[in-house]
Amino acid sequence: MSLKITKTPKCYVGGAFIRSESGRVYEIHRSSGEFHANIPRCTRKDVRNAVEAAAKAGAGWAKRTPYNRAQILYRLAEMLEARAPEMTAAIALHGTAPDAAAKEVRATIDRIVHFAGWADKYEQVLGSVNPVASPHFNFTVTEPMGIVGILAPENAPLLALMTLILPAITAGNSVVALASHAAPYPSILLGEMLATSDLPGGVVNLLTGERKEMLPTFATHEHLRAVAATATKDEATALQQGAAESVKRVILHDPKSDWFSSSHDSPYAIRDFTEAKTVWHPIGA
Amino acid sequence: MPAKKSPARPRELLFGDLWEFDPAPESAEPFIAPRYGLFIDGKFTAPKSKKYFDSIAPRNGAKLSEIALANAADVDAAYTAAAKAFPAWSKLPGKERGKYLFRIARLLQDRAREFAVAETLDGGKPIKESRDFDLPMAAAHFFYHAGWADKLGFVAPGRTLRPLGVIGQVIPWNFPLLMLAWKIAPALATGNTVVLKPAETTSITALKFATILEQAGLPPGVVNIVTGAGETGAAVVNHPLAAKIAFTGSTEVGKIIQRALAGSGKKLSLELGGKAANIVFEDAPLDQAVEGIVNGIFFNQGHVCCAGSRLLVQESAADLVVAKLKRRMQVLRVGDPLDKNSDIGAINSAEQLAKIKELVASGVKEGAELHQPACKLPAKGFYHAPTLFTKVTQSHRVAREEIFGPVLSILTFRTPEEAIEKANNTPFGLSAGVWTDKGSKILKMAAELKAGVVWANTYNKFDPSSPFGGYKQSGFGREGGKHGLLDYSHLD
Repeated sequence: MSLKITKTPKCYVGGAFIRSESGRVYEIHRSSGEFHANIPRCTRKDVRNAVEAAAKAGAGWAKRTPYNRAQILYRLAEMLEARAPEMTAAIALHGTAPDAAAKEVRATIDRIVHFAGWADKYEQVLGSVNPVASPHFNFTVTEPMGIVGILAPENAPLLALMTLILPAITAGNSVVALASHAAPYPSILLGEMLATSDLPGGVVNLLTGERKEMLPTFATHEHLRAVAATATKDEATALQQGAAESVKRVILHDPKSDWFSSSHDSPYAIRDFTEAKTVWHPIGA
Repeated sequence: MPAKKSPARPRELLFGDLWEFDPAPESAEPFIAPRYGLFIDGKFTAPKSKKYFDSIAPRNGAKLSEIALANAADVDAAYTAAAKAFPAWSKLPGKERGKYLFRIARLLQDRAREFAVAETLDGGKPIKESRDFDLPMAAAHFFYHAGWADKLGFVAPGRTLRPLGVIGQVIPWNFPLLMLAWKIAPALATGNTVVLKPAETTSITALKFATILEQAGLPPGVVNIVTGAGETGAAVVNHPLAAKIAFTGSTEVGKIIQRALAGSGKKLSLELGGKAANIVFEDAPLDQAVEGIVNGIFFNQGHVCCAGSRLLVQESAADLVVAKLKRRMQVLRVGDPLDKNSDIGAINSAEQLAKIKELVASGVKEGAELHQPACKLPAKGFYHAPTLFTKVTQSHRVAREEIFGPVLSILTFRTPEEAIEKANNTPFGLSAGVWTDKGSKILKMAAELKAGVVWANTYNKFDPSSPFGGYKQSGFGREGGKHGLLDYSHLD
């Protein structure tokens, strides 16, 4: 009998697999109580590093054609499908029943495909040509906000995380996301799938660790133009107060949200991560 | 062989003081009451505070009226009335709600001249602007949104719009009635009720507007108007019955409001300050560009959040553009805003005039070169000559801070990339201008500029169907168009 090689869980930042700069970890255990692995316990410095990585990747991602973004997102669904049993096990590791875990993986794949399809369509729903009362051609288009922070809930560690990330990257933003603290392993695996999905490194950056240590940095970091989070009332207050200094957009989700609900399949979720730009030009010879 | 042409010299007709303009004051009666109460639950009521403050005319400092000072109890009464009116108003069929808004639009058109004179007296803007821009545009906003009230099912495919409840709205003094229209029209069209606070220096047209609501027969409590300064505003913003706060004003106050609402669950939209770059390329139609630059910075004395206050000129065209600009500025008429020939009227308040002067002084002190045309400013009232600064660098305060006055800072650039870099190098992102005859360059610039509105080969154009609002620290949310409706609704 040969001893099994265990995997060292690492965060996915800037297209690389990293430990926390602090060198700190926290243990996760199987539902049986046995030790499973050490998870990086990231710091506010890790958040800042991830924002830097997201900034480097952001402009290029925003310039990809919508068709190209669509195909890359679809490729992510292909990667997850191919490793669905492994992801199911990662969710189940944290105590979710295997059937429910499998259902969460299926729902996540479906949601990725759903948003892949939106990439080259949402503009036609959200944008407009405006019939102004003067001789001007006037239209409104959406643009990505830039770098977006995401604080995922503790439950539905894959589906909820992706439900928050997908509309942001579909719109051409780059993301720094903090995964579930209690159930981080699916995000570790997700990083590996992102790395093989053709998504440029740095577009999605995944961190693990304690929310209360990093939340103030998510709130106040001026280069994060929006933060989407499920939050308690206290956390929401801290996020919104911190956001005010740079007039950051804060998008709050109900922690009790049914992440499986098709109401999350919506171009209006993409709208939350866009700016509307209106352009005027005179009509004449 | 053709005769050698002499180098083209720009032609100009400058008469100096040879022929003075005769005064041409607008004489329509503004019907301003000597004293105004608060408009709560469909009635003008005396303030519980029992206090009033003076509203003066910036054109000469004369007192125009006394305005009620709403305290927390007054604001509470307004919210209570709005909350009481909400169930019936929100359940009223859209086509009936729309009819009220159509009526308001028509009544505003009927009384446009009267309102224009009142606006100019109270705020100081030239009568030709209040007459030809503010009033028609305010009426247009009501007319546009009236038509949406029964068509909300077509705004967001796949979703139903549901009103939020009572909206608290706080508006600025630069376009008093127009900002009121921008705020009230979409809120009512989507089935919300309103508590609105105008700016303390410009309350009169909002209170006159209440008489239009009476004439339109709008149900009591649907729109409530409370007047006062910062404390009244804080009471409006912090009232527990507000489902949403919509604010237009400075970035500084916007941040205070965002902080105050943290954790309250209230929705918020902010339309804040700006420091727009107006970018002129060497291949631009320069005469049109100069008109656009003048309109961009001197419209409404520069009291415009989207004013083109940073002129970026391509280096090769800079001398010519500045020369044309100086010549054009010489014929701008600064004076009594009630005079139909005035291009630039009075600064809104002594406080704002002091702020402008302080920033202009900083420009001189920091080494920028000041230019003001010779012009006689009226002895009484608050006036500031149109001003431009050359030799401005990006670190100068006049290039970074919102001046909110008739002051233009001129910088230069060589390449489109440099123009974009400089234009975006600001925490603001409300608007930008681009002047070039090359279409592909316009579209590239429009895509790269981080601003909510981009005017290409034009400037300071507005329309109710055209969404307006900022990126970054210029705020969030949009006003106008279908985008604006979404910011006043839940999506079910």
